[in-house]
Amino acid sequence: MSQSPAAQTQVMQSQVTHLPVAARQVGRLAQSLMAMTLGLFIVGVVGFSHIDVIHNAAHDVRHSNAFPCH
Amino acid sequence: MSTFRSIVFSSVIAGFIVGLIVTAVQQFGTVPLILKAEVYEKAAEHKHEAAAPPQVTLVHDHAEHDHGAEAWEPRDGLERNLYTAGANILTGIGFALLLCGFFSVRSGATGEPISWHEGLMWGLAGFAVFTIAPGLGLPPELPGVPAAPLLSRQIWWTTAVLATSAGLGLIVFRRSMPAAIAGVVLIMLPHLIGAPELEHVETNVPSSLSHQFVVAVTLTSLVFWSLLGGLTSAAFAYFDRPASA
Repeated sequence: MSQSPAAQTQVMQSQVTHLPVAARQVGRLAQSLMAMTLGLFIVGVVGFSHIDVIHNAAHDVRHSNAFPCH
Repeated sequence: MSTFRSIVFSSVIAGFIVGLIVTAVQQFGTVPLILKAEVYEKAAEHKHEAAAPPQVTLVHDHAEHDHGAEAWEPRDGLERNLYTAGANILTGIGFALLLCGFFSVRSGATGEPISWHEGLMWGLAGFAVFTIAPGLGLPPELPGVPAAPLLSRQIWWTTAVLATSAGLGLIVFRRSMPAAIAGVVLIMLPHLIGAPELEHVETNVPSSLSHQFVVAVTLTSLVFWSLLGGLTSAAFAYFDRPASA
């Protein structure tokens, strides 16, 4: 690695600060939506998947969270 | 640090801690009631198997239950509780990602970091959206209590969650009379349509046990959402600091 982590962080920060405010907001919104989609996907698999093995592993959690079960 | 990384870091840390705490709380609240109900469930299954010819039972099992006899399931005791802890942590991380997404949009728009108190309010909104609203139509159910087909309940549950979150959003963020009225109507709508239910429910799980379970689930969930809202916002305010400075 040619750059130190601190230098890399500086480069990343300077790139971010040079973006116009509107573009930064859009980037922030897109990244937030991506994270939320990932979150819903995880909850969906743990709480709602019809696959037997996932159901059995997460059985008590599904009941305890009042997710529809059985 | 990019916004996405800040969100993921905060959510994994908050989800992990809250998942572990809630697993401990469940050991005193919901899990003992689930285990008691399973005694009734298993007794009813044995009675059923004894009464019906084996092949009929097999067909019934495949059609009605996800508990296929051949499907893997964790052994009772430590193994089962470890999987419960894992599923709780994953659920915590999943919902934390959702909350953190809102925190990020909010703090991006206002330029102010989210306080733990605002995070707690978002957590309570999650409690209303994901526990109270769907729980009104589909109360938390113990194993061994028959219910309407799974898919129809999952669809109604999702509809209630979407309608309640949209309704609350209209009331909180629009701040106009028509939007507030539309919000309240939207929250009521899935309940006016009604959750899918069986016409005739026959179970030997005592109703007192079912009632205790509703209370236990609701309280456990309140702990889960309060902690998740507070911890996720605190973690996100910490990790998001360099980017907003």
